[in-house]
Amino acid sequence: MSTLAELTIVFIILLNLALAVSGSMSVCIRLAAIQGVAAGLLPLLAGGGVMRGRAMAFAAFIILLKGAVFPWLMFRAREKTGARRDVDPLIGYPSSIMLCLGAFAASSWLGSRLPLPHSGVAFIVPASLATIFTGFLLITTRAKAITQVLGYLVIENGIYIFGLALFVEQPLMVELAILLDVFVAVFVMGIAIFHISREFDHIDTDQMDELTDWHQSEEGGNI
Amino acid sequence: MEIIKPLIQYLAVIILSPLLLGLINRVKAKFAGRRGQPLLQLYFDLYKLSYKTPVYSRTTTWLFRAGPVIGLSAILCALAALPFAGRPGFLAFDGDFIFLIYLLGLGRFFTVLAALDTGSSFEGMGASREVQFAVFSEPAFFLALAALSKATGKLSLSGMFLALEPASWQAAAPALLLLTAALFIILLAENSRVPVDDPNTHLELTMIHEVMVLDHSGPDLAYILYGAALKLWFFGALIASAVLPRHSGSWLYDGAAFLGMMAVIAAAIGTVESVMARLRMIKVQYLLMGALVFSILALLFQTGR
Repeated sequence: MSTLAELTIVFIILLNLALAVSGSMSVCIRLAAIQGVAAGLLPLLAGGGVMRGRAMAFAAFIILLKGAVFPWLMFRAREKTGARRDVDPLIGYPSSIMLCLGAFAASSWLGSRLPLPHSGVAFIVPASLATIFTGFLLITTRAKAITQVLGYLVIENGIYIFGLALFVEQPLMVELAILLDVFVAVFVMGIAIFHISREFDHIDTDQMDELTDWHQSEEGGNI
Repeated sequence: MEIIKPLIQYLAVIILSPLLLGLINRVKAKFAGRRGQPLLQLYFDLYKLSYKTPVYSRTTTWLFRAGPVIGLSAILCALAALPFAGRPGFLAFDGDFIFLIYLLGLGRFFTVLAALDTGSSFEGMGASREVQFAVFSEPAFFLALAALSKATGKLSLSGMFLALEPASWQAAAPALLLLTAALFIILLAENSRVPVDDPNTHLELTMIHEVMVLDHSGPDLAYILYGAALKLWFFGALIASAVLPRHSGSWLYDGAAFLGMMAVIAAAIGTVESVMARLRMIKVQYLLMGALVFSILALLFQTGR
């Protein structure tokens, strides 16, 4: 039972690395969705023999939300803004993957030192920390607003796996609250990205560090 | 009897390894709907080449003649330490996997030197690519074997594969799966199979291994072709021993299962070559980096538990 869970953990870590190197936005959205589904399956695999009805329903809800609703919202936002297909990384892919690997090495060191209850599945804490780091990496090194939302979703996956490491079943309410927050956030960001792109004709966050009015007045030279 | 068995195993490897390439070509022909070349084509080629007179350019030195010989003897030496169907090879000793890696490196070094010795710019290009890809595949290979050593607690290659049991696949499944995947990618890269290099191509601008041996002829070319077949067997045998951990104790049964696994690996290589195009040259390093990442993860998993 725990072998399957460990293989899922490996799969999640490989998905992190794939997210760090894939250049196509639709591939990235799909990878994050697959990671969410794998994370949703994890409590069922790690929980042992008896499947409680509540845990099953909760896992089904998570998988539906992360595997279907979020990707649908993201694809919709991408279509509406007419964003180009690539993710515009600010650093190269090889350095991204090396940063991810370094993060995993550092988090396996950190995971062995954190005073956490033993969960029975090896590497669940390092995997969650590495996933959170990958999310931060996506937020900081990709130029598009959509990719930053994607990084936020990956961080949520990491937090969810971290919650599993602490308790297998108790934090359902906490997790539901986080999930609701993320859901609203993705919804709001979808609308915000749409408005940004309608206003500025692009969603490149690098070009938003100047005020439009200020820029125009300098060029006009009136003031 | 205990002296004869390793010798028989070694002879079997030496005789059977060109058959692997025949199997790969047969699988590719089946995919393409052709009849394909005979299974024993490489044997015919080797025989034909062995009695031809080699031609040497006046610009070459002794390095050019030494390259194929050293390349072949390095891989022959490496195969003597390789376990066969879970039985140790007759050259096995503690820490022999490092020796094997250096033997492969020596063979590669002399092949590259011989290619550079011709003074042809095409061969220089091939040599540069070969070394560039080795930068990723050699550490990946080293770390994969280190992870295997960590998983089994043994230092000799024969000891590692002898200690590998179905129980260790249950206990360390993630690490073993990762390093098997890494070994398969390294096999494709080291033997210049399709996603990295196309063995059938004859366009100098895109070739890697084939372009380095363009100027060799006669018995020298036979050494190189035979050495390539032995190298394919070497990496295939590592994978076959890793995925076939059950030892029944009967020598014949184990040997037959091992040879069957080698045929399956040849079919897998042929399938990969039939369903995939080769990668663009700048994408190859990402594939090799993937193998490196698999090995590093396997080692991290094994040290962390």
